[in-house]
Amino acid sequence: MIGISGLHKSFGGNAVLRGVDLEVRRGETMVVIGQSGSGKSVLIKHLIGLMKPDRGTVRINGTDITRLKGQALQAVTRKVGMLFQAAALFDSMNVFQNVSFGLERQTHVAPAEVRERVRDSLRLVGLRDVEHLMPHELSGGMRKRVGLARAIAYRPEILLYDEPSTGIDPIRADAINGLINDLKRELKVTSVVITHDMASCYRVADRIAMLFEGRIVQIGTPREIRDSRDPVVQQFIRGEAEGPITEW
Amino acid sequence: MAGKRIGRAVLSFFGQLGEVGLLAAAAFRGLFGRPWERRNFLLQLEEVGVRTVPVVTLTAAFGGLVFGLQTYSGFHRYIGPGTEAYGGSIISVGLVRELIPIWVSVMVSGRVASAMTAEIGTMRITEQVDALFSLGADPVKYLVVPRLAACLIMLPCLTLYGDLVGVFCGWLYNALMGVNSYVYVKNTLIYLEIWDLASGMIKALIFGAVIAVVACWNGLNAEGGAKGVGRATTRTVVVNAVSILILNFFLSKALPATLLPK
Repeated sequence: MIGISGLHKSFGGNAVLRGVDLEVRRGETMVVIGQSGSGKSVLIKHLIGLMKPDRGTVRINGTDITRLKGQALQAVTRKVGMLFQAAALFDSMNVFQNVSFGLERQTHVAPAEVRERVRDSLRLVGLRDVEHLMPHELSGGMRKRVGLARAIAYRPEILLYDEPSTGIDPIRADAINGLINDLKRELKVTSVVITHDMASCYRVADRIAMLFEGRIVQIGTPREIRDSRDPVVQQFIRGEAEGPITEW
Repeated sequence: MAGKRIGRAVLSFFGQLGEVGLLAAAAFRGLFGRPWERRNFLLQLEEVGVRTVPVVTLTAAFGGLVFGLQTYSGFHRYIGPGTEAYGGSIISVGLVRELIPIWVSVMVSGRVASAMTAEIGTMRITEQVDALFSLGADPVKYLVVPRLAACLIMLPCLTLYGDLVGVFCGWLYNALMGVNSYVYVKNTLIYLEIWDLASGMIKALIFGAVIAVVACWNGLNAEGGAKGVGRATTRTVVVNAVSILILNFFLSKALPATLLPK
């Protein structure tokens, strides 16, 4: 479904990704964990064509999107929806306009069907009668839900979540995690979740990949990651201040 | 050491100039291709055009009045009483060819271009520009092209309107000071050509393109949170004002003074 191979990306002299290899299977939820600033967001932005790598390939359903641009790129990334870290709602538009934005652009559907799909997407994320509200009238959790409704409105095959539980309280974070699982079940989507929140990670992950020093250092099921003997992985999942990550 | 720093600054300047050029090329290509962002375009027409009318009215009116005052007192003092009506041609040509296009463009840059940078910059740092892309909208077509089109249409219109207000106020001051209006207007019409109006509008068209592209480029490249957006906004106003003044000199040299046969 998604194949990342030898991905390198630098900013100035700072090498953020140094040869990332990762396969995500159809229908699974892959969680990428790593410290803040380890390049997780940079990695996820390559999956939707927002960034071009210095080297390496990103294949979506077998097509290398790093070589595409313009409409050819959008034809592939149309299958990908993304929930941004702070939801990135368009603050000049109300909830309805936000959720229908991609739907109207990526599909040729009648206005009545757009309205129906917007209502349906909002229902899927547990929201009702909020279409007329502006983003500044929403709470942090509601903004994330609207962002998620926007990402699923055009029924993508792949959903990318950039820090879905960041910036909201633990109860709302858990509700978002529940939504990730619900959407996987109901829409049969393949999901890539970027997080450093281990509670979220264990709640949603089929497999977990740990990003460290610009490379994936371990991939496995939540149990395999918990039982990992890699001291880097252990320090991270236990959230310890001392260990090989901080020594490095 | 200093040489290296200067070298880096020069390279950075030309690098950024190249990026602005690429954005301008993409935006001009976007003017002629679908999809057209009609709603955004209409909003920008209102923002750049309609909402700038009050400030252009004030600027052109007081510019015309003070120009009228100075030519009146200049003729009265140095050429002699009764010659003030000859100032009409100087006021009109000076305003229409040089001052109104500059004033209007600087006002639009201060009022509208700074807002463009702030809005796009905020969208940039809150990932709304990335969200646009992820939802199938080309940020250049969605954000830059409507603003460029609005500036290309509205700057010449505002300039023409500013010309009328400025020239009228120049006359008004002289009329209130007792200058013969018939002689004043006749003198004005002898020297003022349609080409003078047209050359001012051509300048405004070019300034409009510069204003929109510089504003959008600074917005799209804003980084570093609220402070970064503030810096980008300041840069837009300064770069636009300086560019307008420099370009105006070269355009004044390049555009013929008259289209009438010698």
